[in-house]
Amino acid sequence: MKTNQNKNLNDFNLMKYGYPDENGHYGIFGGTFVAETLIEPLTDLRNMYYDLKKDTDFLHELYSEYKNYVGRPTPLYFAERLTEKINGANIFLKREDLCHTGAHKINNTIGQAILAKKMGKTRIIAETGAGQHGVASATVAARLGMECVVFMGEQDIYRQSQNVYRMKLLGAEVVPVTSGSKTLKDALNEALRDWVTNVDNTFYIIGTVAGPSPYPELVRDFQAIIGREVIEQMENIDKKVDALVACVGGGSNAIGLFYPFIDCDSKMYGVEAAGDGLETEKHSAPLNKGKIGVLHGNRTYLLEDENGQIIETHSISAGLDYPGVGPEHALLKDLGRVHYASATDQEALKAFHELSRVEGIIPALETSHAVAYSMKLAAKMKKGENIVINLSGRGDKDLNTVARIEGIEI
Amino acid sequence: MSRISKKFEALRNDSKTCLISYITAGDPSIENSLDIMQTLVNSGTDIIELGVPFSDPMADGPTIQRACERALSKNTSCLDIFELVRDFRKHDISTPIVLMGYLNPIERMGYEAFAKSASQSGVDAILVVDLPHEEAKEVISIFKKYNLESIFLIAPNTKIDRIQEISKYASGFLYYVSLKGVTGATTLDIKKTEEQLKVIKKSINLPLAVGFGIKDANTAKILSKNADAVVIGSAIVNIIEKEQDNKSKTNSDIVNLMSPIRLKLDENLISGEKP
Repeated sequence: MKTNQNKNLNDFNLMKYGYPDENGHYGIFGGTFVAETLIEPLTDLRNMYYDLKKDTDFLHELYSEYKNYVGRPTPLYFAERLTEKINGANIFLKREDLCHTGAHKINNTIGQAILAKKMGKTRIIAETGAGQHGVASATVAARLGMECVVFMGEQDIYRQSQNVYRMKLLGAEVVPVTSGSKTLKDALNEALRDWVTNVDNTFYIIGTVAGPSPYPELVRDFQAIIGREVIEQMENIDKKVDALVACVGGGSNAIGLFYPFIDCDSKMYGVEAAGDGLETEKHSAPLNKGKIGVLHGNRTYLLEDENGQIIETHSISAGLDYPGVGPEHALLKDLGRVHYASATDQEALKAFHELSRVEGIIPALETSHAVAYSMKLAAKMKKGENIVINLSGRGDKDLNTVARIEGIEI
Repeated sequence: MSRISKKFEALRNDSKTCLISYITAGDPSIENSLDIMQTLVNSGTDIIELGVPFSDPMADGPTIQRACERALSKNTSCLDIFELVRDFRKHDISTPIVLMGYLNPIERMGYEAFAKSASQSGVDAILVVDLPHEEAKEVISIFKKYNLESIFLIAPNTKIDRIQEISKYASGFLYYVSLKGVTGATTLDIKKTEEQLKVIKKSINLPLAVGFGIKDANTAKILSKNADAVVIGSAIVNIIEKEQDNKSKTNSDIVNLMSPIRLKLDENLISGEKP
């Protein structure tokens, strides 16, 4: 199998696929669409990051945190009973749910927090939807002794009260956002406003592969440890990777899995949240149903109305409930390199239960979208072919949501 | 000569500082906006900045954010705003109008269609808050084709060589954001801003406007010594928010806010302190 043996962040220079360009563009997507006050801090961040990704001390520190604090490498688990039940391709689960804090988010927050420290910043801010990125940010802030402020929509604070309490336990301040739709996109606006105001001492940890350049690139690079480990783990058991599947909200866990495979011939599937169905207005699937536009610093596919106003999205999983998507996914869609499918709330719920019962692994509702599509895909693939699902997070945070749907009060 | 250049030239000849007023178009309704625009001109405004409402105005503070929400609750679109400008132009052909907003609504309409309609309705310039010049080449040339000037922001952390680079793409005037923060913030450091204005003024040829956080006549007066224009925004929008159901109170409160600023700016005209 032809693979790209990237062991370090700077090894990606060897890839044929050369995005983004020097201005942070992914074809027509990406870029730097921000007010002037943010240009200087973004330029500083880009310069610092480009220096550090070649710096052995930085890489040593990062990989040491991955190993000793995050708990990497995470296992690649062969889901034997699920494979038997589906009776198609072999299904492997990349167990990002076993990372510290229970999801892949910390791969990125630890990297950005080390960057922040090197830049001499003392205060970290972050936006969060479901609370996973907020928890991962609060965690690394505690780890590195930095102040942390997390912006969270009022709606989400109500939906995810347990994560709010986790962040507070970790010493973070959680600021309720009451503007707009009171969800993730508004939390992002508020974090950007805070950053503009406190730019001298503050580092903004963006949680996904979106935002102005260089964020999509550096978040991707920190998450790409996922795919690099999969390459090695599959080689160790002498298996070919035929298909990769991951859920896509902003798209950080998906890019993390896909990116090291881009030059290979493995098929890739990103799964968006279809909510009540793509034919309804209640979904979060910009790659399937969106138009090209500009939001939160980058050009990408967006869910918007006929006047270019961003519309409210819906998904059972708060982590996929976002009207945009990372610009690199927009490019990979247009290049035809990744196929972007979708799964409805109902399909995700069914997969949530299925994986819990058959494999003893309770997946996050976000992840359940990838599981749902993978089960359909595996059934159509040949026996002996291999499919790797990014099991991006564990489902403990969703127990209240699922119980409520089933009429149970915990 | 463009309407904006003419305005600045006339003010310069009278040794006057340009007073720029911002409102969000469609807040609380398009019809009220027309009234308010006329009130602003009658109380000493030289240039009107009309905000194009956007669902996610990330560079704006809570005041203008709520103004956008009010305008969008009435579904105010770019076409409504062009209609508003057309109505305003029936009685006023000399006050320049700058549209200020975010890129996405413009991009959705299409640069060409937007520029054409804007120009035909009587708009003079466009300021796209989230569009730095590096990403703006295509847009600027289309705006130019329709005789629309491109206004750009410069910030306290914009280095001098970048300011000079920006001024190559800018026309009309340059807009100096007086603080690191969002519109309507309260922490304006007047001394520091004065110093920065002096430095910037030396390195550009375009008129220089200063805004963000200017709420009263005294601040406006002090900053006018080193700037060609001062921008008042959130202070006006606050009045509109408070009195949204009361048209005549809105207009009288705006006059009470703006007239003293105009008077203060013109105060030393006879003694010839300006320019």
